[in-house]
Amino acid sequence: MTDSTTVGVGASGARRESVRAALLEVEGLRVAFPTAAGVAFAVAGVTFVVHAGECLGIVGESGSGKSMTCRSILGLVPSPGAIVAGSIRWRGQELVGAGERRLRRIRGGEIGMVFQDPASALNPVYTIGAQLVETIVSHTEHGRARARAQAVELLGRVGIPSPRTRSHAYPHQLSGGMRQRAMIALAIACGPALILADEPTTNLDVTIQDQILHLLEDLRQEQEMAMILVSHDLGVVSHAADRVAVMYAGHIVEEAPTRDLFDHTHHPYTTGLMGALPSIRPGTVRDPLVPIDGQPPELDELPAGCPFQPRCAHRRDACATVDMVLEPAGKDHLTACPFVRAADGR
Amino acid sequence: MAAEPSASILVVEDLVKTFPVRRTAREVLQRRPRRALVAVDGVSLDVRRGEVLGVVGESGCGKTTLARCVVRLLDADSGSVRLAGTELLQLGREELRKARRRIQMIFQDPYTSLNPRRTVGDAIAEAALVHGTTTRANADAFVAETLALVGLGAATARRRPRELSGGQRQRVAIARALAVRPEVLIADEAVSALDVSIQAQVLNLLRLLTDELGLATIFIGHQLAVIAHVSDRVAIMYLGQIVEQGPTRAVFDNPQHPYTKGLLLAHPEPGAERRAREAAVTGDIPSPLDIPSGCRFRDRCPFAEERCKSEPPIIDFGDGHDARCVVLPFR
Repeated sequence: MTDSTTVGVGASGARRESVRAALLEVEGLRVAFPTAAGVAFAVAGVTFVVHAGECLGIVGESGSGKSMTCRSILGLVPSPGAIVAGSIRWRGQELVGAGERRLRRIRGGEIGMVFQDPASALNPVYTIGAQLVETIVSHTEHGRARARAQAVELLGRVGIPSPRTRSHAYPHQLSGGMRQRAMIALAIACGPALILADEPTTNLDVTIQDQILHLLEDLRQEQEMAMILVSHDLGVVSHAADRVAVMYAGHIVEEAPTRDLFDHTHHPYTTGLMGALPSIRPGTVRDPLVPIDGQPPELDELPAGCPFQPRCAHRRDACATVDMVLEPAGKDHLTACPFVRAADGR
Repeated sequence: MAAEPSASILVVEDLVKTFPVRRTAREVLQRRPRRALVAVDGVSLDVRRGEVLGVVGESGCGKTTLARCVVRLLDADSGSVRLAGTELLQLGREELRKARRRIQMIFQDPYTSLNPRRTVGDAIAEAALVHGTTTRANADAFVAETLALVGLGAATARRRPRELSGGQRQRVAIARALAVRPEVLIADEAVSALDVSIQAQVLNLLRLLTDELGLATIFIGHQLAVIAHVSDRVAIMYLGQIVEQGPTRAVFDNPQHPYTKGLLLAHPEPGAERRAREAAVTGDIPSPLDIPSGCRFRDRCPFAEERCKSEPPIIDFGDGHDARCVVLPFR
């Protein structure tokens, strides 16, 4: 892994881009939902870059905005929610406000999608083979005969045994793990440059989760795909991602290369999350966990400034005026907490 | 088993539960015999006061059916469940009702196990009044005291479930279970629906209650780290059987059964070094309708041999640590 990550690659840095091109640039993204009390920002100003071939993990608890960020990229924010500010550039082209036809071509074509629940993402009345053929035909020039052959080949690639027979199976005839493999076959059918995986292993058993994570990693290496892996499970993210963004109440509060996030944790929320995690490592059993005080916030009742302040162990008055902007706190390491940045003197 | 049965308040022996499966029209016409789904297949375990026994396994391993048979929400086919010497599986209705006070269960989703129209206080008081752990005159004080046990203020008594957060609701579910002052608590995936920061609160609470009230707790789950953290002893289940059990540290630091080893390798420990090149365990979990003969794990086991087709023996590693495997003693 090279360390030449250039945060916020500009249009001028053309030569740099050829090495580590920014595929996806999200800047100042805000997604709003009307509520009884006014407006809630499910995504409240999120900025990040995904380079070709890398895996960015987005981790957070429920309501942190991680899935909504993911959906925004695909233009799939559910009504009455809407993107109200910011920009999403795919290979330099703006996606916010793009027409449905263009989004549809990108969705499932240049960007593949894998969701938590393949049962609801797959169409129950078509065989998985038919769904693959449909995707291939609509995104490529291939004829049906060729698409059919390709569908069987894809099912084999994702590790479905006897793919020719299984291509005639309906989603409900497959186990949860096999359904997720079929979903992955759909996602990679058109050779995407980026895969959006939203909690891809959350409903799966540990041994099956392990298989799916390996499959995604192998496919990513083979086809040099980038991936955004969204998960509530810091373990899953830390094993798959090159970089991790930690989200809380609609904001990225910390972003760092995976190893560095664990070795030099900066943001008090990340620190809290790690202290609250049980572990199977020797010597940790029976030490009480350190929970994060209080409750996760209601998005329409957030305090001014940092949304984590009511639960933060290092809370101070100035927290109410903090701008939630990611600033460097070390090499390639960004955090939204100005006080930990100052305390570390970096 | 190394554990003294006399010291254990709850002893389960050789519990079996099968479910009949409806035959398809074709099977009826072909006069095929009725098939049975074997959910729990000869499970033996015990828990002592002040101890948490973790039961961990993947979906379809029978852990939830096991719990439901123990509290007799389901009737086991055979076996024995003794609570402080009393055989629960033989009890008549009235005796069973009394025995139920002594074993309580909490579930994954407190939202579905709490009545949405009832206040928290009513739910707790009702359970206590039915089982005679309080009187109507003392009910308010009793409710406040029970809520205090789970770290909630007395004001919570006037709230309804929908006004509470997920973590608070699970505390209320625990409080209601404690309202009848049980001796055994069975928690089935009790923290699985909670966010990490809240999960830690509930885990600490269950541990504290077990220690301070001398409860015997069976903690059922699928999250290895959660089980490792909260349990004194663990039982690893696979397709209806316990394949390995023992003191938590012995099992997690020195796993013996190939399935346990695979599970631990498959577990993504946050911040640990990257995973191995290959998946830890290959293949799908077999259907409980189609259980392999002999060792249940042999289809997926990297060490499987011909003799695994025969029923595996239980190998004792001392200190209550044992595993069910044919190949182990020869490796």
